[in-house]
Amino acid sequence: MSRNDVLVTVDWAQEHLGRPGIVFVEVDEDTSAYDGGHIEGAVKLDWKKDLQDPLRRDFLDKSAFEQLLSSRGIGNDDTVVLYGGNNNWFAAYAYWYFKIYGHSDVKLMDGGRKKWELDGRPLSKDAPERPATQYRASEPDLSIRAFRDEVVAAIGSKNLVDVRSPDEFSGKILAPAHLPQEQSQKAGHVPGAINIPWSKAANEDGTFKSDADLAKLYAEQGYDESKPTIAYCRIGERSSHTWFVLRELLGRTDVKNYDGSWVEYGSLVGVPIEK
Amino acid sequence: MCAAPKQGGPLAGIDLSTQTVIQGSVWYDGAPVAGAYVRLLDSTDEFTAEVVTSPEGEFRFFAAPGEWKIRSLASVGKGERVLSAEVGLNETTVVID
Repeated sequence: MSRNDVLVTVDWAQEHLGRPGIVFVEVDEDTSAYDGGHIEGAVKLDWKKDLQDPLRRDFLDKSAFEQLLSSRGIGNDDTVVLYGGNNNWFAAYAYWYFKIYGHSDVKLMDGGRKKWELDGRPLSKDAPERPATQYRASEPDLSIRAFRDEVVAAIGSKNLVDVRSPDEFSGKILAPAHLPQEQSQKAGHVPGAINIPWSKAANEDGTFKSDADLAKLYAEQGYDESKPTIAYCRIGERSSHTWFVLRELLGRTDVKNYDGSWVEYGSLVGVPIEK
Repeated sequence: MCAAPKQGGPLAGIDLSTQTVIQGSVWYDGAPVAGAYVRLLDSTDEFTAEVVTSPEGEFRFFAAPGEWKIRSLASVGKGERVLSAEVGLNETTVVID
């Protein structure tokens, strides 16, 4: 796996618009961005409405994921190119999600929606027309997803990478600062976690830094390459961004994303917290 | 959740006795800039949040008391503003040169 297998440039994306076998998918939480204009032909996935179980806090199960992709006209053999707002946070989350359900060819568009917009590239308001498919998902690959007990057990033994901003890590604020600071969970971080904010892996235009810069960044911040890794943030989308960097760009093995993240951990009774 | 709520608009429902709100607008060449990317950086210049301005060029952050930097990135250029925020409403303008 190398950068070219998992990441495409905006130039590549624009050259491949409308190409059979390639599906662009915009993933946002605030889908008003998509509705106001999106890459021509791109399918919309709403991070919350489409990708979360409507009742429990969890993913869609396998059959619901199959139904979702089938209804959006995405086939098993399609190359899925994901992009979105928030510096690709939710697109990276969707990338990780598609990998859990075994989609073979999935890529991120480097820089996401921001890079596309800043370049002044064309946006369309036309709804995509794609015939329904018969999508078949694999059983979920839990080797890339961490659950709460694993996180507690990892304290002192694995790399725990907290990718939130320094002020969230220290407990000064409880959420990214575009959100009201009213949260029920405790402030702080998992004991022993190292704080390597997701943003250090990205340039200001939302593109990823070079492999050499990324390798240097994690080495400097106390990341131990010889140990397994669990990444977390607040709800698991920024840590998907870092999971993508560590596993897909840098090729580290045994890297899991803890999507329960601080909203879950900071609400657990009796677990240790450091501040 | 993590995606930015709608920018601008009334402060109704926001408790200004507890929240440290930093809000304002991005201007270029005498007019507000819609769709500009605005990021909030902490006192060490580390990314804390990013939003996209409303059609009226407005942005809003929920921070904490202290020193902050606001940096705007738009297709027309970049602008930056440093401010010291307190609990309550802190208003500012970022001008793109």
